[in-house]
Formats: sequence, C-alpha cells, structure tokens
Amino acid sequence: MRMENAEQAKQSETYRAALVDLLYQLADDELCLGHRDSEWLGLAPDIEEDVAFSSIAQDEVGHATYYFNLLHDLGEENPDRIAFAREVKRWRNAVLLERPNGDWAYSIARHLLYDVFDDIRLEAITHSGYRPLAEGARKIRREETYHLQHFRLWFTRLGQAGGEAQERLVQAVNRLWPDVGGLFSLGMYEAALIENGILPMNGEEMRRRWEERIRPVMDEAGIPWPGEISIPRVNGRLGEHTDDLSEMLDTMSEVYRLDPNAVW
Amino acid sequence: MPTTEQTLWSVLDEVKDPEIPSISIVELGMVNRVQLDDGCVRVEMTPTFVGCPAIGMIRQAVQERLAALDEIREVEVVVTMDQPWTTDRITPEGREKLREFGIAPPVDGRSGSLVPDCPYCGADNGEVHNLFGPTACRAIFYCKRCRQPFEGMKPV
Repeated sequence: MRMENAEQAKQSETYRAALVDLLYQLADDELCLGHRDSEWLGLAPDIEEDVAFSSIAQDEVGHATYYFNLLHDLGEENPDRIAFAREVKRWRNAVLLERPNGDWAYSIARHLLYDVFDDIRLEAITHSGYRPLAEGARKIRREETYHLQHFRLWFTRLGQAGGEAQERLVQAVNRLWPDVGGLFSLGMYEAALIENGILPMNGEEMRRRWEERIRPVMDEAGIPWPGEISIPRVNGRLGEHTDDLSEMLDTMSEVYRLDPNAVW
Repeated sequence: MPTTEQTLWSVLDEVKDPEIPSISIVELGMVNRVQLDDGCVRVEMTPTFVGCPAIGMIRQAVQERLAALDEIREVEVVVTMDQPWTTDRITPEGREKLREFGIAPPVDGRSGSLVPDCPYCGADNGEVHNLFGPTACRAIFYCKRCRQPFEGMKPV
C-alpha cells in the first residue's frame, strides 16, 4: 500500500497505529544511542574519538529528530515533548540502546552490533510504502555508512590487538548478547507493518541477515560467537524497560524540566 | 524592479552556509525548487546532513531575505528529503570556493577512495586522519607531501 503523506496515512487508524509504533522504535533507538554517544565527550581515549563521537552523536540525534517530525505530522506531540516529556512505558527502543556506556570495548561493540542491524532495517525501509519514511531512510543510510566503517575498524582493531583489549572485547560481547535479540522484535504491530508494506521485512529475516554479516566480523576480530539469540524477557519494543532508561531520561531532560514552556 | 524567479535565485545565492561562510546554499546544492506565483514564493530546500544544526538558521535567513523583496507577499520555506542532498550537487563554483576556504571538495563517492587532493599543495597522496570532523559533512585528512592535516567534505 502506498501512502504519499501523513494526511493519507491518518485515514486508516490501523495503518497509522502501526506506522507510529515503528517510528517510535526508530527514533528512540537513535536518540538513546545518540545520547550515550554524547556522554563520551571529553572522556574518549583520544581527541580524534572525542570529535568522532560528538559528530556521530549529532547524526543520531538528528535522525531521531527527523523521525520525531514525522510523528508530529501524524498527530503526535511536538518533537521536544516527545523527546523530553514522554513516560518511560511509551518508549520503544530496544533495551540494548538504553544501557550505560560501560567501557570503551562495550561502547564500540554495541555500536557495531546496532549499526549493522540499523543498516538492514534502513535498507528494508527504503522500500517502505510510506513515502516520507522511505525518503528519509535513503538519506540517513548514506550517513550511517561512515559510522559502520568507523566501528568495524575499531572492533577488529581491538580484537586483533590481543591482550587486554581483546579480553575486554570478548567480555563486552558476552555482556551485550542477552540484549541483542531485542533489536529484532518489531513490537506489537509487526504483522500490520508487513501487511501494509510499511516495513517490508520481518524481524526473523533481519536477524538472519544480521548474523550473516556479523559472523565474519567476529571471526576477523577473533571473538567467539556467544551462542543463540533470543528475544529478551524485558522487551523495549513493547514499552518494557530497565532503570537504565529512567536514569538516562532523568539526566537528558534535566534542563527541559526546569521550564517546560521555555521557548528555545 | 519586478521580482522574478531569476531574482529569487540570485538572492538565494547570497545566503551563505553559516558553517562555511565562503559558499552559498545554491552553490552547495541545497535548494531543490523555487516557485513564484502572484507574490507568493515557495522554496524547497534539503539539508546536507539530516542532523545539520545550521538548517534552522539558513531557513530563517532565506525567509527574511526573500520577504524583503519587492512585491513579495508570502514566503514559504519547506525542508524536504524528496531529492536528498549528495555531494554531487555542489556546483563547480562551489567546489572552487570550498578549496579557497581551505576545505578540499569531495571526491566522487563511486571512486572507492575518500581522500581528496590537498587543498594547499594539490598532492593526491593524502590519507584519512579522522572520518569525522568539526561538522557532520567534513572529515580530516593528512597530506603526506606538505605534511599538514586538512579538512575535506566527505562524499555522501
């Protein structure tokens, strides 16, 4: 089903509900990760990485803003309220993205595992029947190419370095693994998203493609495959979250909450 | 003097990118369409990067400049992604101005290499120093001939 704009999408409540849910998944993944990236500013191992993480954070937050604007067009609240004043149970990011940064190896590994997933999801979305989403995905994907290159390079560099770097990377991947499956849950509207051509690929197929792309990178970095991937007990895509998200949102919205009616 | 679409384009060519003040938004290829209909202007623009923080400032500058023209009653500036920005959209004049400003213009993204010629000495044997630079659209390279780092636009 092709939908040219928000006005058309709003004609069907089923269509709109599924689309809105997917947009929250996309926006919330990007905003959580973008915020976590920004927390490295001044703390990254070298100045190049300070610059890189600031730039990547800006990209991710910018992508989230793009999706928030699409949500606003569909009748959701304005982007600032969506980002800073929404209850935790309405967030749709995978739990993986709300976790604190941990050490450098954890941050690098999380970014790579997520970015490969995001690339697969964005590729699928470029074929979405909802035109504003397909257009944005085509543009966003071109930008994400640079993130992918960056994190792939760091991941293999840490792995191939051996010693403490490799040990920490192995530990990081093991710690990430129970959360990874949450990426491939597409929430409560998965069937409707596919039926309506909003997202023309299911979570299972995304997982298959992801494994196909991640395995060779893990091999190259000398990191053992930690085992089966399953959807975690706490599923962020259904609005279930950990205290990590509440704490992150408290920090992120601290200035906003001082005066929610301020004009920026 | 009556305002024509051509006048609008030349006024837009005076609006600079606040992050690279030597180059105009027309030379950067950010303007998709300009329509003039009975005193009402509609400008469609697209950001270089989705998260470009300068787009709000640019939009306001466009709004103000065009609204100040003779016989213009209404100005609508729309940000769209229907023709997404790519580095191929920078005009030849734009590429020259980037170089003069000390930012190497982007290489052809299909060439496989990311490294542009050094904007200072012209050498073509530089290397990537950091894929990320001071703004989303720039990266940092290193020239092995004149031995200095330089900024360049990254192909997207």
